[in-house]
Amino acid sequence: MFTGASNLAEGVDKAFLFIFIIAFIFIIGISAFMIWTVIHYSRKKGREAKQFSGSMKMEVLWTVIPTILVMLMFWIGWKGFAPMRKVPADAMVVTAIGRMWEWEFVYSDSLRSKELVLPINKPVKLDLVAEDVNHSLFIPAFRVKEDVIPGYDNWLWFTPNYIGDYEILCTEYCGLLHSAMVSKTRIVEQEEFDRWYEELKVASFMPEHEGLKLLRSTGCLACHSLDGSKLVGPSFAGLYGSQREVVSGGSAKSVTADEAYITRSIYDPNGEIVEGYARNLMQSYSELLTEEQVGIITEYLRELVEGDGQKEADL
Amino acid sequence: MGNETQPSYLEYQGRHKGLAGWLLSTDHKRIGLLYLYSIVVFFFVAAFLGLLMRIELIAPGKTIMEPQTYNGLFTIHGIIMIFVIVIPGLAAVFGNFFLPILIGARDVAFPKLNLFSWYLYITGAVLGVMSQFMGSGPPDTGWTFYVPYSVESATSVIWALTAAFILGFSSILTGLNFIVTIHRMRAPGMKWFRMPLFPWALYATAWIQVLATPIVGITLLMVIAERVLNIGFFDPALGGDPVLFQHLFWIYSHPAVYIMILPAMGVVTEIFPTFSQKPVFGYGAIVVSSLAIAFVGYFVWGHHMFTSGMSYYARWFFSFLTFIVAVPSAIKVFNWISTMYGGSIDLKPPLLYAISFIFLFMIGGFTGLVLGSLATNVQTHDTAFVVAHFHYIIFGGMGFAFFAGMHYWYPKMFGKMYNNRVANIAWGFNFVGFNLLYFPHFIIGIQGMPRRSYDYLPQFHTGHFLSTIGAFILIAGLLLMLYNFIRAGRRGEKAPANPWHGVTLEWKIPSPPPHENFDEIPEITSRPYFFGSKEKTNQ
Ligand code: HEM
Ligand SMILES: [Cu+2]
Ligand SMILES: [Cu+2]
Repeated sequence: MFTGASNLAEGVDKAFLFIFIIAFIFIIGISAFMIWTVIHYSRKKGREAKQFSGSMKMEVLWTVIPTILVMLMFWIGWKGFAPMRKVPADAMVVTAIGRMWEWEFVYSDSLRSKELVLPINKPVKLDLVAEDVNHSLFIPAFRVKEDVIPGYDNWLWFTPNYIGDYEILCTEYCGLLHSAMVSKTRIVEQEEFDRWYEELKVASFMPEHEGLKLLRSTGCLACHSLDGSKLVGPSFAGLYGSQREVVSGGSAKSVTADEAYITRSIYDPNGEIVEGYARNLMQSYSELLTEEQVGIITEYLRELVEGDGQKEADL
Repeated sequence: MGNETQPSYLEYQGRHKGLAGWLLSTDHKRIGLLYLYSIVVFFFVAAFLGLLMRIELIAPGKTIMEPQTYNGLFTIHGIIMIFVIVIPGLAAVFGNFFLPILIGARDVAFPKLNLFSWYLYITGAVLGVMSQFMGSGPPDTGWTFYVPYSVESATSVIWALTAAFILGFSSILTGLNFIVTIHRMRAPGMKWFRMPLFPWALYATAWIQVLATPIVGITLLMVIAERVLNIGFFDPALGGDPVLFQHLFWIYSHPAVYIMILPAMGVVTEIFPTFSQKPVFGYGAIVVSSLAIAFVGYFVWGHHMFTSGMSYYARWFFSFLTFIVAVPSAIKVFNWISTMYGGSIDLKPPLLYAISFIFLFMIGGFTGLVLGSLATNVQTHDTAFVVAHFHYIIFGGMGFAFFAGMHYWYPKMFGKMYNNRVANIAWGFNFVGFNLLYFPHFIIGIQGMPRRSYDYLPQFHTGHFLSTIGAFILIAGLLLMLYNFIRAGRRGEKAPANPWHGVTLEWKIPSPPPHENFDEIPEITSRPYFFGSKEKTNQ
């Protein structure tokens, strides 16, 4: 009767349908009854109120019938849910990492991708890893969702049934850009998947600048883009060596974005705020990044401007 | 039973005069009004914040505010609505005002403690507001304060946690007061099963307040300790467990849902008999179902955490119990509609609101079953569907019951009549606005729209757009209703002692009630809700 984008959709949609049909009958029925009573027994008609005050038979009836109905609802909901916890042994395992505020998917051989590309009709199990706070991985089209919690080995699985692109959303509030924590899953034919996987392998063997790795792993790129687009914070594109208009201690001034400036911005971000951006959104990274690491990041930002870094960022 | 020689509680001059006569009064009726006025002010503030969020969401992308502002808004909106308005809500306002009267007492058992509860309440509420201006920016955790985010957020979370902690104490003390009042202060002859049903609902509620609230108090303190002392209750790196917080939080906060809804059920249970001129149908069934809800309600908290990685059997069990707890609510609905059946029905504003309560509560209840069913919970958990569900339950249910209660008891509380026509028009705006505001959330929720989201994908635009239009209509209706009450207070006609031909005790004393409620404590000789037809025509 139902075919959904994943093997789990049918069970979920059946439960929806069953509960909604019963809800519809009761809500319409009881509302109609109330409207009818109000009209039929209107005081304007001058009828005397009948003074009865209960009926054991009715009480039993409307205890037993709802109990049976809710038990049926429970049962059908459970039936739809049970397969979600029975993952086939041959499922392909992908680790899904949730961090403020992006998803990353790690395939075997530690190959990383921002998109979840999967072959059609093949069961896949997602191991859910949280790097900072709680998130929740939700693919509405597949009817799957499970929280991504630090210290927990949560997982979910499904088999995609159709070729296409589907949204991946975060449904556990995780701070500033929770609403932008959106990614995509691309379901493709097996051959296309293999091709994509090979490309991923080749790309990941190209050495990546240490500075870029640091920016990624520290989470800087969630708020600062490399391509000039404005996120929560100013973009890194064209930053190094440029003139910055900043507000410091209440007064505006202009500074050159040199090594000293970048270091200050990492260790004391609220000391100088680039005009047009809000205070207190970025916290000091003095606990997280050593001076040596800041040096590597600065080196990368310089290369980004001088051209060498640009092509890597495009990947 | 009433007596014209005693001044009404509004005119009564005790030791203190003027404003001090209110702020230092231990009269349960004056304290009820203190709660009423504070709740009305906070409600309109929080509703306005809700409207701002809706304006932001009228179109994708940025409309009027930054994401951080939005996150702060839904947090303080939720904190005010839950901790400052709906948890004290009906119990604090109508409970304080009418519980002693309905059981034939002159006051609650501990009048001073009662006043102290209000001071705790207002301290907590003011701290909540101050969290917006003090420290390092408005809290942005949501009213649920989930760790680890609430430990890591750089905003003034501690202020908000402290506020909720203090509000919890106020709630515990009110509950305690009501339990003792009901046990010790009933008029002679008022056996347990001669008590009207609103006191019964308050009784069930009070036990939840006393038994469940300390848990959330401790939990909030643990988060403060975690932030200040870095202890590691909830931090896996220090051997703690973030999901433990969720358990502790919901062990209180699910029963808290019943702290909100049970008194609301109690209010409409008073309204149906009066406007049908008929005894309540199934008195015993309604009492038992209130107690059953209060009891089983303790064991279903896990349904807020189905996707948190709980074990398979825990999910099974919590889902099963959630379905069980739905049954007593269904029983109540059937008893209410049977109370109307065969009556002599007068569709005045209180009844109109009570009937809308049933309608909205049914929608909230059935969508609660969708959330309680394991398969459909996966799709709807933490989406706009939940936002719609709880607004239907707490605003459509508890909120509309509050409006019903206001229209029912206003003549008694203030001794003035409001304008019926204006009340009906305001109801129209409220009902249409409410449904337009929240119904679309069910649909976009099922389609995948996450909750607590500043921005959204283009496919959710229509639903959000309609919802914002609904918010404007609703706010207009709320303001019109408020205006109607304020005007009635200034220029309304004098209310008779018993405008609706009710038979419970509050209708047998003057409007507004005298300072001591009763000159002589009444003797109770029968069950409540006895509408002898003779008696009615004599009034
Ligand atoms: C004019 C009336 C109201 C409007 C326009 C409104 C609007 C909203 C909006 C837009 C949200 C945010 C949803 C999200 O971001 O996912 C929200 C959340 C919420 N509302 Fe309301 N609301 C109103 C009344 C109420 C009432 C009466 C209550 C309770 C009695 C209430 C309780 C809540 C709660 C608890 C939240 C959740 C906050 C959170 O997720 O942390 N609201 N409301
Ligand atoms: Cu999130
Ligand atoms: Cu709950």
